[in-house]
Amino acid sequence: MAPFRFHTADLDALESGALYWAAERLLCVSDLHLGKSERIARRGGALLPPYDTRETLDRLSAEIARHDPATVICLGDSFDDLDALDRLAEAARRHLLTLMAGRRWIWIEGNHDPGPTDLGGEHLFEASINSLTFRHVAEPGTPPGEVSGHYHPKASLTLRGRRVSSACFLSDATRLILPAFGAYTGGLKVSDPAVSNLMMPEACVRLTRAPQHAIPLRLVA
Amino acid sequence: MTLPDIFTEWFAQQGWSPHPHQLALLTATGPSTLLIAPTGGGKTLAGFLPSLVDLYDGNRTPGSVHTIYVSPLKALAADIRRNLDRPVREMGLDLRIEDRTGDTKQSTRQRQRVDPPDMLLTTPESLALMLSYPEAPKIFGGVRRIVLDEIHALAESKRGDQLSLCVERVAAFSTDLRRTGLSATVEDPSALARFLGEGTHVVEADPGPPADIAMLKAELPAPWFGQGGRHAARDVMDQVRRHKTTIIFINTRAQSELFFQALWAENEENLPIGLHHGSLSREARQKVEGAMAAGHLRAVVATGSLDLGIDWGDVDLVIQVGAPKNVKRLVQRIGRANHRYNAPSKALLVPANQFEIIECQVALDAVVEADLDGDPRPDGPLDVLCQHILLTACAAPFDADALYHEVKRAQPYARLSRAGFERCLDYCATGGYALRAYDRYQRLVERDGLWHLRDPRAARDLRMNVGTILDYNNLKVAYRRGKMLGEIEEGFASTLVPGDTFLIGGQVVKYEGLREMTVQVSATSGKEPRIATFGGTKLAMTTKLAHRVLDFLNNREEWTKLPTHTAEWLDLQTRISRMPVAERLLVETFPRGPQNYAVFYAFAGRNAHQTLGIILTRRMEEAGYGPLGFVANDYALMIWSLDPLDTPEKLIDGQDLRAALDTWFAENMVMKRTFRIPARVAGLISQNQPGQRKSGKQATFSTDILYDTLRRYDPDHLMLEITRDEAMRGLVDFDRIEEFLGRVRGRVDHVEAPHVTPLSAPLILEVGRVPVKGEAERRLLDEDIAAVLTEAGIGTNG
Repeated sequence: MAPFRFHTADLDALESGALYWAAERLLCVSDLHLGKSERIARRGGALLPPYDTRETLDRLSAEIARHDPATVICLGDSFDDLDALDRLAEAARRHLLTLMAGRRWIWIEGNHDPGPTDLGGEHLFEASINSLTFRHVAEPGTPPGEVSGHYHPKASLTLRGRRVSSACFLSDATRLILPAFGAYTGGLKVSDPAVSNLMMPEACVRLTRAPQHAIPLRLVA
Repeated sequence: MTLPDIFTEWFAQQGWSPHPHQLALLTATGPSTLLIAPTGGGKTLAGFLPSLVDLYDGNRTPGSVHTIYVSPLKALAADIRRNLDRPVREMGLDLRIEDRTGDTKQSTRQRQRVDPPDMLLTTPESLALMLSYPEAPKIFGGVRRIVLDEIHALAESKRGDQLSLCVERVAAFSTDLRRTGLSATVEDPSALARFLGEGTHVVEADPGPPADIAMLKAELPAPWFGQGGRHAARDVMDQVRRHKTTIIFINTRAQSELFFQALWAENEENLPIGLHHGSLSREARQKVEGAMAAGHLRAVVATGSLDLGIDWGDVDLVIQVGAPKNVKRLVQRIGRANHRYNAPSKALLVPANQFEIIECQVALDAVVEADLDGDPRPDGPLDVLCQHILLTACAAPFDADALYHEVKRAQPYARLSRAGFERCLDYCATGGYALRAYDRYQRLVERDGLWHLRDPRAARDLRMNVGTILDYNNLKVAYRRGKMLGEIEEGFASTLVPGDTFLIGGQVVKYEGLREMTVQVSATSGKEPRIATFGGTKLAMTTKLAHRVLDFLNNREEWTKLPTHTAEWLDLQTRISRMPVAERLLVETFPRGPQNYAVFYAFAGRNAHQTLGIILTRRMEEAGYGPLGFVANDYALMIWSLDPLDTPEKLIDGQDLRAALDTWFAENMVMKRTFRIPARVAGLISQNQPGQRKSGKQATFSTDILYDTLRRYDPDHLMLEITRDEAMRGLVDFDRIEEFLGRVRGRVDHVEAPHVTPLSAPLILEVGRVPVKGEAERRLLDEDIAAVLTEAGIGTNG
């Protein structure tokens, strides 16, 4: 699949919801929310089996195996909260350490995980790589080339009488917002003012189910 | 037991004499009696008479209930209390009759636990709940009689399985329990007798005169497809005018909404006509019930919600719109007309499409021949047993051995193995392997040979989730000023955008927005409303009826009973294609638009065809035909694909089909949907939690995730096994597929038709299409997005 041009970079929007930048051998994933089921259970909510962490890590492993990136950026909300990291099962922790071994690994700080971890790697509020800036939440008025997550954008599109709905990448000339990579993460419709107000009118989405197509924001709901 | 004078005198004062079957019940001596009587045969009084006499004779144990009466409906329990009140008062009997249902006030419930009435009128769920209290041995220690009303309806469901366990629980507390079952006409009284208990004596009342039943002669011919029967609204309205009170039965809630609207369009005189279905708000239903009982309504359009025996007053006509799908239910519905003993019931059938004309004709023949149908009930499901074990522990610590033997006395569990019981016990104690990490699922613990609740506080949560009927994931619908209209499925609600209009309670309303768990609407006069979807499965045609239909299709002499246009329609089928026969499978293929269609006439019922659709499209996907979707009705399955299906016989191979079943089982939505039932019944998910109510969406979310993870990490978990069993005979209906495979034995007639055939036409507009997600879907998604972008004047790789 052909990469798309964002700011000055050629990027691949992957069906998994990850972003790959071949020129930099950089893989970026957002909003892993590791330990989510555990946190919900801890707070007295629904008892979800604690396998979401494993599922998310398996999918991340698959992307890392496919692209062998030199750099991995986790774009914030990697852990559902800082306690979730502490309580992360030993197997999951080892799994993460294996993935991290031998490459540059950047943890961007998110609203769910605003503090350093004991897993190693770099811990940053934001990271600038070449011409792009990676941060968790999009900032209004930022210069072009911002890559962020946080909103878990999703969109639906009406096609010949049926409605197709999926998580999506959302971009305009200034910014690119990634879908959530984690399992059990819901989404916010791109028509929600919280997201749409950030974007310029000519923004477009790429559904993770068919990321080869850039669809103008005005055509989706 | 003989009738004391005071009773005989009271009967005489009313100008009544007891029916023979009422006296037969009085003189019955065995441990258990089943009375089978048509609607209006005085069944209920027959059931109570022995108890009234026994109590009059002074046989009672202080502090204990004497008679438990169980009905499937709360309303029925309340109705009966009112009906019994008068004779008890007029004869001056010294006894207390109270109902105890979900509607009973908290203070009354509390009092009933310490000071129970002589006669307790209740539902299976409330009985299960009362049995979970520590006081249960005292409350039920002196029970002499248990009366199970409408047992034919209860015995067909999990509620009946739960009830059978509860009856054994009561029998364990009481030394001298007699059982009485009251049933409408059924095809197999001996099966019901077994359900009631060993040594049940069957009393069959005089069935009364044969019903006066016919097909409604509609002015307009029925359409080729569609299920609504709206073409006949004018003729139905004519019948309503000519009768005092008419009940119009329709198979689904959505259809009843549409028909109600169509009927009102013809109702020039504004005759009072009401609508009654399970998704309307309780107030709306009670209003209709009240008006009906008071004789204020000329007609009511109803679904199965009106099937059970509440007395509706003077109904003189029953109209069934749409094919009845099940002859037994038809007979029971017809019995609603002339709810008086010994008067013939009058009924009319209104077929909704050409094919239903045949179905209705066949059903009519079956009624005349009293050839009732019914599919046998399998062994009791284990999720119900899990709930029973947990509730038993709520009352008092129990001995596993004793409980196992008690459970086996309940007929649905007669064949339960010790190993099966132990698995349920283990699930109750630990939650099963994958869930062992959670405290909340470790509910039982064994101490000194007895099983205790590990945390006694869990009893509250368990009691709040008693029962086997599930609330569908429904959202309330109300006007913004607050008037409740009813409920719609959450899935349907999520497709609405503000401004959309839909039909509910016979009114067209406009969607305004969702506020908390309520869909807010406003009144509107939109002309083309969408149809809300409601919970409840569609009825599948019974095996017996399907066979009768096949016989009918292949006997041209029978066609003379049909209207000319229907006979011509069948004749056209034999010329363009051929007629399906029982021992071969007819497959028609034809192109239509850009797609290719294949229709399989398996005559195995809607649910089995759905399953077949999943399996066959999967195999077509593997073979590269690019299947796009399928739709099923009771007699056939239709699949459409990108490429034409050239060799259908290769798809239908019994061995491969069974093997394929296992692989698709896991990941399909039918299984996921089915899983929600045992997950809730067995307490894996709480529907109600103290102090909060889980929203449908949250519950769906977590059951879906639980399902996926159990399947991946603990595929042998008890809940998954129960789900497979349940799906096999419920939504999957694999038994019917087996029956079909055995009948057809790989013999396929493939007809390549030039276009849509007469028999396949109804499927083209059938609702409930299932899309297939596969390579074809990816291909189409890609093409469709490209098309939309081109249309919008945009290049495709922007």
